[in-house]
Amino acid sequence: MTIGLEHYLVVSAMLFVLGVAGVIVRRNLLVIYMSLELMLNAANLALVAFSRFNNNLDGQVFVFFVITVAAAEVAVGLALIVAVYRRRHSVHAEDLRTLKL
Amino acid sequence: MTPEVLPWIVLFLPLVAAVLITLFTQRNRELSATLSIGAVVTAFILSVIFRALVGWEPAVRESSAAWLSVGDFQVDFGLRFDPLSLAMLLLVTGVASVIHIYSWGYMKEDRSLPRYFAGLSLFTFSMLGIVLASNFVQLFIFWELVGVSSYTLIGFWYERPAAADAGKKAFITNRLGDFGFLIGLLLVWTSLGSLNFTVLQGNLAADPQALGTLATAAGLLIFCGAMGKSAQFPLHVWLPDAMEGPTPVSALIHAATMVAAGVFMLCRVSFLLNANALEVIAWIGGFTALLSAVIGIQQDDIKRILAYSTLSQLGYMVMAVGLHGPTPAMYHLTTHAFFKALLFLGAGSVIVAMHHEQDIWKMGGLRKKLPVTFWTFVAGTLALCGLPPFSGFYSKDSILAQAAEHNLGLLIVGVVVAALTPFYMFRLLCVAFLGSPKSDAAGHAKESPQGMLWPLRILATLSIIGGFIGIEQLYARQFPQHVEPEATFLQTLIGPFVHAPVPAFSGLAAALLGLVAAWALYAKAAEDPLPARLGALSRWMRNRFYFDELYEATLIPLHDFLAAIAGWFDRWIIAGLAVRGTHGTIELVGRALRLLQTGNVQTYAFLFAMGVALVLYLVLK
Repeated sequence: MTIGLEHYLVVSAMLFVLGVAGVIVRRNLLVIYMSLELMLNAANLALVAFSRFNNNLDGQVFVFFVITVAAAEVAVGLALIVAVYRRRHSVHAEDLRTLKL
Repeated sequence: MTPEVLPWIVLFLPLVAAVLITLFTQRNRELSATLSIGAVVTAFILSVIFRALVGWEPAVRESSAAWLSVGDFQVDFGLRFDPLSLAMLLLVTGVASVIHIYSWGYMKEDRSLPRYFAGLSLFTFSMLGIVLASNFVQLFIFWELVGVSSYTLIGFWYERPAAADAGKKAFITNRLGDFGFLIGLLLVWTSLGSLNFTVLQGNLAADPQALGTLATAAGLLIFCGAMGKSAQFPLHVWLPDAMEGPTPVSALIHAATMVAAGVFMLCRVSFLLNANALEVIAWIGGFTALLSAVIGIQQDDIKRILAYSTLSQLGYMVMAVGLHGPTPAMYHLTTHAFFKALLFLGAGSVIVAMHHEQDIWKMGGLRKKLPVTFWTFVAGTLALCGLPPFSGFYSKDSILAQAAEHNLGLLIVGVVVAALTPFYMFRLLCVAFLGSPKSDAAGHAKESPQGMLWPLRILATLSIIGGFIGIEQLYARQFPQHVEPEATFLQTLIGPFVHAPVPAFSGLAAALLGLVAAWALYAKAAEDPLPARLGALSRWMRNRFYFDELYEATLIPLHDFLAAIAGWFDRWIIAGLAVRGTHGTIELVGRALRLLQTGNVQTYAFLFAMGVALVLYLVLK
C-alpha cells in the first residue's frame, strides 16, 4: 500500500479536530493552549504534505515561518497565562468571564 | 446704476429697518421710530424717483435673479414693473409713510413702541413684496408674511385676551383661505408649467384651453386666498375683530395693505379667471358688500363701523373684478386706500381725545373740540359715501357702470349698498361729532398734536382730488379695457353722468337717500332709535347675524373633531406604532441576543467553530 496525499490530509484533519475539541472542552488554559498548538501543527502537516505532492517547496518554506511565529507566540502566550495566574490565582477558563457585562 | 436697482432698495429698506430695530434699538424709542419712519419715507421718495425715471410703462418689465431650481422647476426672485405694480408701489409706500408718521404721535406713550415699529416695517416690507412679485411662489411667500406680520400687529397688546384672540383669529382664518390658494397654485403650475406671471399669461394666450376643465376650479381656489386676505364672505369674520390692534395698524390693514392684497392679487391674475369663476366671485363680492353694510348700521364701536364699511367696500372691489373689471376694482382700491386710511386715522385721533373710549354713543359734540379731525373726517365720509366731486364717487361709479354693463342683479345690490353706506357713515358722524357731549370725556376732548393732524390733511386732500388725477386711466393701461381720456377738468367732473347716466344717477340718488335718512334719524338722537323700530332685525345686525356663534357651533367642533382624529393618528399610529414599534422591536431582539454573551471564551470558540463548519459545509457542498 502506497501512502498518498489523502492519508496525510486525514491525519492532519484528525489532529485539527482533536485540537478544536481540546480548545472547546478542556478547562485549563495551558491545555487549551497546547490544543491550539496542535491545530497549528495540523495545518503545518497539511502544508508539508501538499508541498511534497505538488513538487513545490513554497509550502515547506511557509511552514518554517509558521514554526517561527508559533515559537514567538508561545513565549507571549505563556507569559500572559502566567500573568493571569498571578492576578487571579486561577488558570481555568470558566473563571475568566470579565468579557460579560 | 440702472434704475432697476431702486425698487430692490425700496423693497428691502423696511426689512432692514425691522431687523435693525429688533436686534439693536429695542431700548431706544426715538431711534426705532426714526429708523422705521425714515425707511418707509425714503422708500416712498425712491419709488417716486423710479417712476419719474422709467415712466408708467418701463422698458424693462422684470428684474430677477435665479433663486432655486429643482429639476425642471425653476423659481426666480424677481420684481415686476408694470402700471399695476408701480401704482401700488406708490400707493403702499405713500399711505404707509403717512401712517408711520401718524403712529409716532399716536403710540408715543406705549412702552413697546420699538416692537410696534418693527412690526409696522415688516408689514410694509411684506406688502411691497406682494406688490412687486413677479411669480406666484414669491407672491405666496410674501402673502404669508403679511399674515404673520398682521398677527404680530393685531395682537400687539397681547396682554389683552381679546387682542391675542383677534390676532389668532385673523391668522387662522387667513390660513384657511391660503390652503385653497396653495392648491390653486399647484393646479396652475401642473397644467401651465410655470408660475411666472408673464410666462403664465403667454402660455394661456397661446392655448386658452390649457387649463381645460380645471379652469373654474383653479380660479376659485386662487380666489380662496383673496377671500381670506380681503375678508370676503364666508371668511369675513376676522376683519372686525382685527380692530383690537392699535388704530394706525387698522388703518394700514384696511387701507393700502393686507385687505388690498386680495383684490390686488385677483387683478394681477385676472387673466387666469374664466367666466364661471368670475360669476361666483362677483356674487360673493356683492353679497359681502350688502351683508357687511347691513351689519355696519347697528354697530356702536367707531372702529367696528369703519371695519364693516371696509368689508363692504372690499365687496365692491371683488364684485368689480368678478364683473370683468379689474380697472374699476383697482381704481376703487386706490381711492378707498386714501379715504379709509383718513377715516381710521381720524377715528384714532378721536379715540386719543376720548382717552380710548370707542363707543360713539359716549362721544357727541366733538365738532367744536376737534375741528381739524372733524373736517377731514367729513371729507373722508363724503368720499366713502360716493358724493361728487369726492374721489369715492368716481371709483364707485365706475364699478356700478361695470355692473350695469354685465349684471343687472349686481347693479341693484351695488345701489342698495350705496344707499346703506352714507346711512351708517352719517349715523357715525352725527352721533360722534354733532349734538351735545354725551360723556365727560367728550366734554373735555382736546385736538391731537400736529404730527397726527398733518397726515389727516394730506389724506383728506387726496380723498378729495382722487377722482381727477388720472388713476383710472393709469390702471386702464394695464388691463385691456377702454377708458375715455377726459380732455378737461369739467368733463372729468361730469364724466360719469354723460357716459353711463343710469348707474351714476341711481348711485347718487341712493347715496342722498341714505344720507337724508341718517340725518333724519340721528341728527338729534341721544340713543339709537333703530332697535325699537326694527326689533329682532336690529338685534341680529348688532350681533353680526351670529356668524361668529354659527362658526363656533359648527366649524369649531368640526375642526376639533378633525384635530382629534389627527391627534389620535399621530399618537397611536405614528408615535405608537411606527416610532415606538421600531424601538420596541429592536430592544426585544437586543434582549434576546444579550443571552448569547456569556463571557466564556470557550463558548465563543465553540460558536466560532460551528460557524466555520457551517460555512465550510455551505461552500463545499
